[in-house]
Amino acid sequence: MNRASIVFASLLALILPLSLLAGRVWIVPDVTANGWLILAELRLPRAVLAIIIGAGLGAAGAAMQGYLRNPLADPGLFGIAPMAALGAVASFWLGAFIPPAFAAWSLPLLALAGAGLGMALLALIAGRTTSDAAAGAGGGIALFTLAGLMLASLAGALTALAITLAPNPFALSEIVLWLNGALTDRSWREVWLAGPLVAAGIAVLMLTARSLDALTLGEDAARSMGLNPARLLLLLVVGIGLTVGAGVAVAGIIGFVGLVVPHLVRPLTDRLPSSLIGPSALAGACLVLAADSIVRILPLVTELRLGIALSLIGAPFFLWLLLRMRKGLL
Amino acid sequence: MLSAQNLALERGGTRVVDSLSATLVPGQITAIVGPNGAGKSSLLLGLAGLLAPAQGRVTLEDAALASLHPRTRAQAIGYLPQTPDIAWDVAVESLVALGRLPWRDRGTAAVEAALAALALEPLRRRPVSQLSGGERARVLLARVLAGQPRWILADEPLAALDLAHQLSLIAHLRACARLGQGVVVVVHDLGIAMNHADRVLALKGGQLIADGPPQTALAPEVIAQGWGVSARWLGQPGAQALVAGQS
Repeated sequence: MNRASIVFASLLALILPLSLLAGRVWIVPDVTANGWLILAELRLPRAVLAIIIGAGLGAAGAAMQGYLRNPLADPGLFGIAPMAALGAVASFWLGAFIPPAFAAWSLPLLALAGAGLGMALLALIAGRTTSDAAAGAGGGIALFTLAGLMLASLAGALTALAITLAPNPFALSEIVLWLNGALTDRSWREVWLAGPLVAAGIAVLMLTARSLDALTLGEDAARSMGLNPARLLLLLVVGIGLTVGAGVAVAGIIGFVGLVVPHLVRPLTDRLPSSLIGPSALAGACLVLAADSIVRILPLVTELRLGIALSLIGAPFFLWLLLRMRKGLL
Repeated sequence: MLSAQNLALERGGTRVVDSLSATLVPGQITAIVGPNGAGKSSLLLGLAGLLAPAQGRVTLEDAALASLHPRTRAQAIGYLPQTPDIAWDVAVESLVALGRLPWRDRGTAAVEAALAALALEPLRRRPVSQLSGGERARVLLARVLAGQPRWILADEPLAALDLAHQLSLIAHLRACARLGQGVVVVVHDLGIAMNHADRVLALKGGQLIADGPPQTALAPEVIAQGWGVSARWLGQPGAQALVAGQS
């Protein structure tokens, strides 16, 4: 366990109890009426879900930046999140056709199906680009990333289309609200759905660590050290698909975590991608848990959406990052 | 032995190396020279097993490179790309330790030996962004040495270096050859090839136009044919300089 892991694990251990007690009502167990019930059935699942989603996004961001060899990369570049959102939006449309018994599951399952479809498309494209690169056509990583961006913008356009053609105003506001991710009113059900998928995704991303390190010196040097580009890309598609897809399925789109978190972790490590994935998972968990606790205690009439809150933090940070990089400080 | 047999290589559908055969022996410094676009870097990629042959094959001790497991190949052949950019601002020792990736071990002894061979111990904790060009070149070579490959294939390792650093890097490569490693370098400076290589492969338009000891493979006729320049060598063997003018 490296220094960054210890720092962020301790931070998480500090934030978690605070997050459980904080909210519209400050809970003092044994004193507050129904205190234990609120803790066990409302706040604990929400906190656990925040940890799961943040961990997935943090690990995905670290892996993505390692793969693209670029500190400005974000797991969103693969287009998994927009594909999952498209699946979720489809569920608002298909609501009438879904048997009532499955109604509660339709949104997350369709979102997962969207993410799965995105992963399958990416895997197909990956097969093409890596074989071209081995044949000397070049541009493997850049080409693949562009393909991911196309997928993202296509899914985004289809989602926008579905919104403008919303069957009724209620559905419209539901969709828009849902797209700005949140953890409000989530239960253990979502935890059991997303937890295993995100855990599997992080485990898969861990397998890419050595290959990502090799990429530090560029694609040719990495291949000369035994990197198998096709295997790496497949692992990344599966790992990012699982972490991001499962996150979107239960919480909507939460941006900027994957971009920002590796930057918080990097100074505490030797800066190699392999040293970043684990600590970024922990730091992502801290960030999402802290942000979700803050939106919960802000004295607003309706709770600020978590996705909006994180983008509010993330966008200025991104700008600051760009300015610092211009000065060559990174 | 690293051997190309009737090798043809293509990049983006264009043939860049054609019907090339050469058998390289360890313990020597082999220089690949040629005018711009002659296919030098592509040939080096092909010899490193990183560019699949369009025709013919590359063999390492009689086994086709393409049939080797990438990790087996990586353990045998170290490849140093031309001025690689380093994505992350890691410390010198972390970067050199990347050379152990093909072995999947920490290889502390090999990493220490590589740091020592290139006199990098005082710089071991320094971030690579704070290195000079000469230090950087040494660090990148140390990364290759840390993998203890039988072959070192380097693409213009001397390009960005001043005279003193060029000579010191050549001395390091010579030390590797003396220890029995095969050293293959792409060089632009024909004087360096003439004075420091044991063998020269001269390319033009993807074809081998000369192959042999530098005195013959870099004879004025070869330079006229390859570069379209009339030139002659001055000085003593081992310390020769090229005087060239447009023919």
